[in-house]
Amino acid sequence: MSEIKKIKNLKEFSTSADRFEGANLLCPGCAHSIIVREILNATNDDLILSASTGCLEVCTAVYPYTSWDASWIHIGFENGSTAVAGAEAMYKALKRKGRLKQPDREPKFVAFGGDGASYDIGFQWISGCFERGHNMMYVVLDNEVYANTGGQRSSSTPIGASTTTAPAGRVSYGEKMNKKDMLAIMAAHGSPYVAQVAPNKWKDMIKKIQHGFQVEGPVFINAMSACTTEWKFAPEDTIAISDLATDSLVFPLYEIIDGTKLNITYRPKNVIPVKDYLGAQGRFKHLFKPENKHILDEWQERIDKQWEYLQRREEASV
Amino acid sequence: MAEKMELRDIEVWDGNMAASQAMRQVQIDVVAAYPITPSTPIVENYGSFLANGYVDGEFVMVESEHAAMSGCVGASAAGGRVATATSSQGFALMVEVLYQASGMRLPIVLNVVNRALAAPLNVNGDHSDMYLGRDSGWIQFDAYNPQEAYDLNFIAFKVAEDHDVRLPAMVHQDGFMTSHTAQGVHTLDDDTAYNFVGEFQPMNDMLDLDNPVTHGVQTEEDWHFEHKARQHNDLMTKVFPKIEAAFDAFEKLTGRRYNLVETYNVEDADAVVVCMGTSVETAVEVSKELRAEGKKVGVVGIRVFRPWPFEAIRDALKDVKAIGALDRSSPNGTVGALFNELAGTLINGDTKNVLSNYVYGLGGRDLTKAHLREIFGELLANAEAGALTTPTQQFVGLRGPKLSFL
Repeated sequence: MSEIKKIKNLKEFSTSADRFEGANLLCPGCAHSIIVREILNATNDDLILSASTGCLEVCTAVYPYTSWDASWIHIGFENGSTAVAGAEAMYKALKRKGRLKQPDREPKFVAFGGDGASYDIGFQWISGCFERGHNMMYVVLDNEVYANTGGQRSSSTPIGASTTTAPAGRVSYGEKMNKKDMLAIMAAHGSPYVAQVAPNKWKDMIKKIQHGFQVEGPVFINAMSACTTEWKFAPEDTIAISDLATDSLVFPLYEIIDGTKLNITYRPKNVIPVKDYLGAQGRFKHLFKPENKHILDEWQERIDKQWEYLQRREEASV
Repeated sequence: MAEKMELRDIEVWDGNMAASQAMRQVQIDVVAAYPITPSTPIVENYGSFLANGYVDGEFVMVESEHAAMSGCVGASAAGGRVATATSSQGFALMVEVLYQASGMRLPIVLNVVNRALAAPLNVNGDHSDMYLGRDSGWIQFDAYNPQEAYDLNFIAFKVAEDHDVRLPAMVHQDGFMTSHTAQGVHTLDDDTAYNFVGEFQPMNDMLDLDNPVTHGVQTEEDWHFEHKARQHNDLMTKVFPKIEAAFDAFEKLTGRRYNLVETYNVEDADAVVVCMGTSVETAVEVSKELRAEGKKVGVVGIRVFRPWPFEAIRDALKDVKAIGALDRSSPNGTVGALFNELAGTLINGDTKNVLSNYVYGLGGRDLTKAHLREIFGELLANAEAGALTTPTQQFVGLRGPKLSFL
């Protein structure tokens, strides 16, 4: 087991091991790049990475350039998990056969995918990887929409959001379904560690990523990735929007160990109303019309219930 | 270290066992696989080898064929020997990743036990899946019997992994007719088999931690065409010499000779059928009988379906008066793929060949000697007339009234 990297402060952390170059094509204000840097910088170990088709992939490996100073692979939309699982299997095989070029170094295997690639089209592949117990980390860059293709709804899109395939209109308030609870599903796979993270809470994130790198087996990380383009907020407000998400408890930060033991890892000192979070984004603008008040009310009620549930789970410690 | 297996000089193996024994002998590093009839025994046999210590690589039993090929791509890019097996619907599910594997220049070997494509659902052999793969950028070898399924696996690894090639390869065999039919197979001992293919030489391997690589990039109208053109160029120019060199080396080792195109009694033939898979052997049998009756008939078997051995086929057929292209896949709205390939190969030649198309054997329907006698009879009539005496396309062995087109 490799040593855990010591991180003193944000400035040092942000420049400590640049294996993801700033030279990429992601939108200004995109949280993807912040999250990826935080994850890569959380370890000094070698990394073998994959990305599913999506914003991160199309913006970081456009021939003849690459933004990756670690081995990286993209195959398709649905199979980023299995791509890295295949590489991990090869690592085990070559280790056993004594054919590793650097036998003393133990790389970490990390797959990145958007919520479309993870909650929807690549769901089966992730489930397969977790059932088989590959030693890997799967990270969802969860911006709750198919952002790369122009803002279509996914099964991570929350209720009431206006997307291009479920737009708000004269007779519709937008998305009708609630966001899929991927953490619960992945915890039910018996994963040794699943956690929800947000880039604004970087210390919480590093702790979770480092824990994830220490455990054996498949680790699932759901990272909230505020999308300036599809959530419709100003590029300089990414961290402010992320703060609203975590402080309104719309995006609670917690972890589940060995499939059961749930710990809440961030408790806002002042919990803000959900409508403050929703109101800061163009995708929810229509919810503030009088005829959609019931959706706003439902939102607050659901988030309250979710927080109550998480606290009970934590107390029960099972 | 994997245990060695003592083999008799001749083992009674079906095509599936032959393929899985070859996979064992080349000591694959990662097999990611999913079972599907009729290729399932390949995966089962491999599992049994693992359970008994005869292989020491990783065997990843994934949740679908798409994941099988995805895992193979990840493993191959990581840097080691990789193979799997599939059939039919599983092959169809893999197709997306087949293109990705070849475009990323990863030398994976895929054993395809040919089977029909639904609907209607059918587990038996035809060439629909093989045809589905023909534009995927893979090398495609075709075995006609278990011995060839065994031998061609070694050829496939040797060619695919060559650093001048770096393209994945399929070894096809007919579902049930080859895969489940036990025959005597001449074996290689484990060391000889392994040494023929040699130790895997990685290139652009992700696991070389001092030299990170990026696999599977984005290209648009600026570079995509150049990548595809280079891949095509390598298939057209670099692969054939490597295959022929591998065939030569294999003949030197075993005495068994393979060719891009297998020809039987073609030199002075008036009429020739061109086919693939087990039908080649049936056609050869019938051609021998007809030769004994004084009829000048022959058979051409396609050994390498992709890249298409244009020159070898043109040379083999240039003086043949009448040619029958036998397609074991529904063309669904045109002439058969073999007919099209042959027409494209022969059209600019000096001789005018009369070419006709027979669609046969879909979903495992038998192609009998009687069918072949009838086909040869029609082709001889075409040769005599110097023109088609039948419709261009006919269905063979179909119940009910004769079906023909064009």
